[in-house]
Amino acid sequence: MSRVSTAPLRLVTSVDRDVQLPRASTLPVIESEVQLRALLAGLSGVDAVGAEARAAKLATRSLKKSTKLAALDLAIAMVDLTTLEGADTPGRVTSLCAKAMRPYPSDPSVPSVAAVCVYPDLVGHARHVLGSSSVKVASVATSFPSGRASLNVKLLDVREAVSAGADEIDMVIDRGAFLSGRLGHVFDEVVAVKEACGSAHLKVILETGELVTYDNVRRASWIAMLGGADFIKTSTGKVGVNATLPAALVMLEAVRDFAEVAGAVIGVKVAGGIRSSKDALRYLVLINETTGSAWLSPERFRFGASSLLNDLLMQRLKQRRGSYVRADEFSGD
Amino acid sequence: MSEELTNSRLGAMAYDPAPESAAIARLKPAYGLFINGQFSDPSSHENFETLNPANEEPLASVAQASVADVDRAVYAARRAYDTIWSKTTGAERSKYLFRVARLIQERARELAVVETLDNGKPIRESRDVDVPLAAAHFFYYAGWADKLDHAGFGPDPKPLGVAGQIIPWNFPLLMAAWKLAPALAAGNTCVLKPAETTPLSALLLAEILQQAELPDGVVNIITGDGAAGAALVDHPGVDKIAFTGSTEVGRLIQQRVASSHKHLTLELGGKGANIVFEDAPIDEMIEGIIDGIFFNQGHVCCAGSRLLVQESVADDVLRRLIRRVDQLRVGDPLDKNTDVGAINSAAQLARIKELTAYGEEEGATRYTSSCPLPDKGYWFAPTVFADVSQSHRIAREEIFGPVLSVLTFRTPEEAVAKANNTNYGLACGVWSEKGSRTLWVAERLRAGVVWANTYNRFDPASPFGGVRESGFGREGGRHGLEAYLNV
Repeated sequence: MSRVSTAPLRLVTSVDRDVQLPRASTLPVIESEVQLRALLAGLSGVDAVGAEARAAKLATRSLKKSTKLAALDLAIAMVDLTTLEGADTPGRVTSLCAKAMRPYPSDPSVPSVAAVCVYPDLVGHARHVLGSSSVKVASVATSFPSGRASLNVKLLDVREAVSAGADEIDMVIDRGAFLSGRLGHVFDEVVAVKEACGSAHLKVILETGELVTYDNVRRASWIAMLGGADFIKTSTGKVGVNATLPAALVMLEAVRDFAEVAGAVIGVKVAGGIRSSKDALRYLVLINETTGSAWLSPERFRFGASSLLNDLLMQRLKQRRGSYVRADEFSGD
Repeated sequence: MSEELTNSRLGAMAYDPAPESAAIARLKPAYGLFINGQFSDPSSHENFETLNPANEEPLASVAQASVADVDRAVYAARRAYDTIWSKTTGAERSKYLFRVARLIQERARELAVVETLDNGKPIRESRDVDVPLAAAHFFYYAGWADKLDHAGFGPDPKPLGVAGQIIPWNFPLLMAAWKLAPALAAGNTCVLKPAETTPLSALLLAEILQQAELPDGVVNIITGDGAAGAALVDHPGVDKIAFTGSTEVGRLIQQRVASSHKHLTLELGGKGANIVFEDAPIDEMIEGIIDGIFFNQGHVCCAGSRLLVQESVADDVLRRLIRRVDQLRVGDPLDKNTDVGAINSAAQLARIKELTAYGEEEGATRYTSSCPLPDKGYWFAPTVFADVSQSHRIAREEIFGPVLSVLTFRTPEEAVAKANNTNYGLACGVWSEKGSRTLWVAERLRAGVVWANTYNRFDPASPFGGVRESGFGREGGRHGLEAYLNV
């Protein structure tokens, strides 16, 4: 195992209301599994009852008027508009890309979404349709969603997606390895995939629904971040339990602490089951009160979703007009 | 990553005001005394105004009970006890208690707004804590009313008779529920006196008792100042005094009740220690410290007002704590996003200011939240004192406000010694991921309640009460029945 940086871990001790962000990257070097284990063992545990209570309390925040309007626009700009079905076709991806670039053509002030997210074989097509637009192409690679393939197969999957034009790669960690205690294996895979990504951004899917405990979520977050993740992501959307507020809270705490001690600002993506604006705004509140302004941007936070976008558009229009419109006002893509 | 970033501002997304409507309270301009099932004027025709502490504006005019009114209320309670309530079966009593519980739930929103207007506490707390817990207490004791034979106090335990109950201003409705529900379940009748500054939710509860068709005189609610409370304590027709409030007043009551036939339970002040070990779950622990001292503006008898933190992690804990304290949203209690509301009265605010001034004088390091405070009303910014010593007044005296004193320790033995080095003994918290150590510490703490990896959690099934100068007697759970039974 090796990492490029050589700076040691550094603790910020000054008292300040805001989350301290580093001026330069000072990632710690992980040279052995022993060292990795020691680092993970030094992380604080998570009290499940307390974490869930904190998330539930923040979920009672009430966003009104201009706050709500701004938050809805921000949420739209954070969407990774996703289609991950066996039945996906170039035609389906074409309409998804059109929707991503102009979610609501009747109102040009609606921002475009952050990215479209597709399987690797459709990356080339999505890249072609999106052209020079600001919308990124994200692709799930590494034998998504189970990740049950050899490392070579996973790396090939990644390289093909990147060479077809993917800006962002969403990999899955090896949950089997994690749960059987082979933490070095999980770390090595993240490092290898990051290298295969080249200049593409790497989002590391923890699949929190399969890790089950918040302690596991915190440890997996750190493995991914130490391995070079640009984002850590909750879920594939393909298992029973996907993104939850408490899991996202634990991950936000992890990126906040990582920024302070390790010197890199890592993004967070929540995915799976987020369908309503109300849900989305709750995540924004969680960011606002856990990590702060630096994460209130599509650069650092994403929603992996499909049906969410139309509800965001619906609520946005409702805030402006004072009344709801028919669902058919918005395209079904 | 952008090089120019040096910090990430918490709370950068400002929330527009999201106030609950004060009109929901449907307050009347004036309230009488609730005696024998009816509202009536005080014999003295004297009234006083109750203020909204968030803006110092009067909310309603409330009756000042005289000695004669107290006598009338006790007489009504005695008659109701002799003629009706002592002859009512447990199952019947339970029916009324269930009704009250359901009516509290039905009128929850109204009760929450009234409580927030009169007390100054954030609507989020009155809505999510005070009112649901008050209903839960009535539900819980409704279940006991017909099962007293099986409560462990022998066969057919008897009620005491007329209970005089004096409650504080920090949880007006909840304390009324804590007092009334077990007393009624056990078969007593009651004369309840809410605090002078917070009478309104108890008067709304009186309306609910009427709605529930509770027999006249079973519960009487009299409003007024300390003189009315003293008259109730001294009244020979009262069989039991239950008091929640300051240790100072509790001591006076105990003296006055001494050598009388009256039973007494006291729930008094505290100086709770929240003990943090180096292996505590750090993020949840920070939230627990915050809840422990800033919940209800720190107007909590069991508040975790002393933080004892292991020296090895003290710097990190303090840094995270200060960051979190600065995030607290102080302001309009009716705003759904408010975390810390108004101080209940000018007198309490003066007391907090006096004690915090001592903190600085004695050499503790003060951190005060930078939150803006409203111009009108009684406000105090959340404050943390670091470098506090055992001998400081802010480590010994109950401040009863949003002020935390931080001390450090080196070993579990030292933590226990420091936590117990107080005249009080109401509540403590222990934060550690190591269960064996938590139990070792909990066994040695002299406190009525010890919370592990949480703080300020209440449940009607769990008994609550203190030792030493924090009082005696238990409220809640099976134990709470004992205070109202002749055992």
